Amino acid sequence: MPEYLVRLVQMHESFRKAELQALAELAGVEMDIVKYEEDSPFCILTLPSPAAAKALISRSILSLGIYSLWGHGTSYDLLHASTSQLSSHQWPAFQSTPFRFTVDSFRGTKTAMQQREIIESFSYMNFRGPIKMRDAAAEVFTVFEDYKEHAAELRYLYFGRLVGSSSRHLKTTYDLKKRHYISTTSMDAELALLTANMALAAPGKLFYDPFMGTGGFPIASAEFGAYAWGSDIDGRSIRGTGGSARKGQIGKRDVQGNFKQYGLEGRYLGGFVSDLTNTPLRIQSLQEDGSAVQGRSIGRGWLDGIICDPPYGVREGLKVLGSRAELSDLERSTHRDRYMESGYIPPKRPYSFTALLDDILAFAAETLVEGGRLSMWVPTANDEDVELVIPVNPRLRIMSVCVQRFNKWSRRLLTYRRLAEEEVLEEQGARDEGVMDEKGRENEVGRGAGANELNDFRRKYFEGFKEFERLRRDGSSPRPDGALVADQKGGWDSALRDVFGKGSST
Amino acid sequence: MKLLTLNFLTCAIKTCKTSPSSFPLHPQDSELEIVEADINVLFLRNMLPRLMWNELRLIVNELGLPSLPETAPDASSLLETKLQVPEGDTTGLNIEKIEVPSQVAKDLHRVLLETCIREGKLVCGNCGHEYKVMEGVANFLLPGHLV
Repeated sequence: MPEYLVRLVQMHESFRKAELQALAELAGVEMDIVKYEEDSPFCILTLPSPAAAKALISRSILSLGIYSLWGHGTSYDLLHASTSQLSSHQWPAFQSTPFRFTVDSFRGTKTAMQQREIIESFSYMNFRGPIKMRDAAAEVFTVFEDYKEHAAELRYLYFGRLVGSSSRHLKTTYDLKKRHYISTTSMDAELALLTANMALAAPGKLFYDPFMGTGGFPIASAEFGAYAWGSDIDGRSIRGTGGSARKGQIGKRDVQGNFKQYGLEGRYLGGFVSDLTNTPLRIQSLQEDGSAVQGRSIGRGWLDGIICDPPYGVREGLKVLGSRAELSDLERSTHRDRYMESGYIPPKRPYSFTALLDDILAFAAETLVEGGRLSMWVPTANDEDVELVIPVNPRLRIMSVCVQRFNKWSRRLLTYRRLAEEEVLEEQGARDEGVMDEKGRENEVGRGAGANELNDFRRKYFEGFKEFERLRRDGSSPRPDGALVADQKGGWDSALRDVFGKGSST
Repeated sequence: MKLLTLNFLTCAIKTCKTSPSSFPLHPQDSELEIVEADINVLFLRNMLPRLMWNELRLIVNELGLPSLPETAPDASSLLETKLQVPEGDTTGLNIEKIEVPSQVAKDLHRVLLETCIREGKLVCGNCGHEYKVMEGVANFLLPGHLV
């Protein structure tokens, strides 16, 4: 099969491969990754046709474009030799078409004169068509130079013909700075669009975000053609601010307005106020053997995708409905008598993040169609002393784990696929029953407990991750447990590698 | 809120969810509005097998809207072929067949995606709990004594 070169962006490295794999599945094309390195923005794929290449990359956020690979090598001599060998049969087709040549140097620069020299060294291809530097219809040929970091030395060269461009321009279109209505925890536009890609948002699909806030994820999925729906425990974020005649405000800002801003209001199904642990959405009650409960099983899965960034309990409270302490009879009757009043605010209590993740997974298993996807963001401290725990559910298979690193913490994008019931039974037979531990379960009820006891990440965050600094300092001193501490970072990374290993073997 | 969404909503109270009468929620005192939107046949086709048709009919009747057919339409009835002369062709000799949304699809689109509840309440048929709808946003938060 022909080879293609993808010009990736050199950021969010761990997302790039996962995005290409998701897009290949979405476009229904068979793709093999021939060459991919975290340290390089150049990736070589095999794909069945130029049309497949174009379809694959058209939705991509973390690449710039895809090129038919015409030549490659470690020096210009080898590049020219390779170009003659690989692509000379294609040259006649472009003899008279309008075209342009460009040079793209990664970690290096070339002056205009040097670029001209490079371009002219390809004159043996004998292209006679007019040179159009700005015409969108012109054929684009690009020479890519890949330099080593901080070195003048060339690492590799590629030469290709542009086949298709990506959707990276959407990053600018949906930039939060230009969005009408956002809040402190709105997801960066690039990552929101990427998340929608990972969950395979596409025309005709139904997507839902249980923690929508100002609607960043629903907007991203609507951009890709899906119908989007969302909810939040805080109704104010959905209804928005301003526009109250009583307070003399003007300029209503709400989620609906965001959809209008991008011309997507036709694909916004609306928002509602609810708590995931007491969701009003119709769910199929699943039994252990995989069959739906007899009698009142309300249909099968009906969502194509769930994408969300659950509250971490740091900048926004992690709360669910309920009260910290068991209500007394008097309190219960007060609630009963007064909940219809307009000023009534339902009591909320802090909740465990681990339990919330399990709840999201269980909810996804009960509402997604077979093959539907769940993509969610989860934070961790960078030097987590416990092994990386990926929440699991027997009906969901982890597809990819991508990491965005910050200074002392990072967040991961976990993507799951809802299995068909036959697959669930197969996996169940293969899996050791003991693996599914009840970690974190003791916190699930958590009545009376404070937010810090319930949420490990929150506690570490507000302690400034000092625990780890202390551990690291101690680890450098010759203590018996020094070796163990020094290995922590490796342990975290290797846990990630394990997951990747698993993902690629399935 | 669009009527399509009512087909995916039940009572939020856990003990109610197992009871057949908690679905669908019954709209009361509703103020309806029509919000025009582009028709999308692919989406309608994908939604058809996921809809609980009898419950949808029930709600449509309760709201006093024109009745829906007794059984859900077939996916194939959403499109119809139309003959049309291509633009710019004056000879009238070249007639092309194009697929356009049928009346069935248009009606379904009108009900599911253009008819919205602006204000009102949704009532559970089992426990009678009322959920308010304000500015098209329904509130499913439960009071303290029901969690």
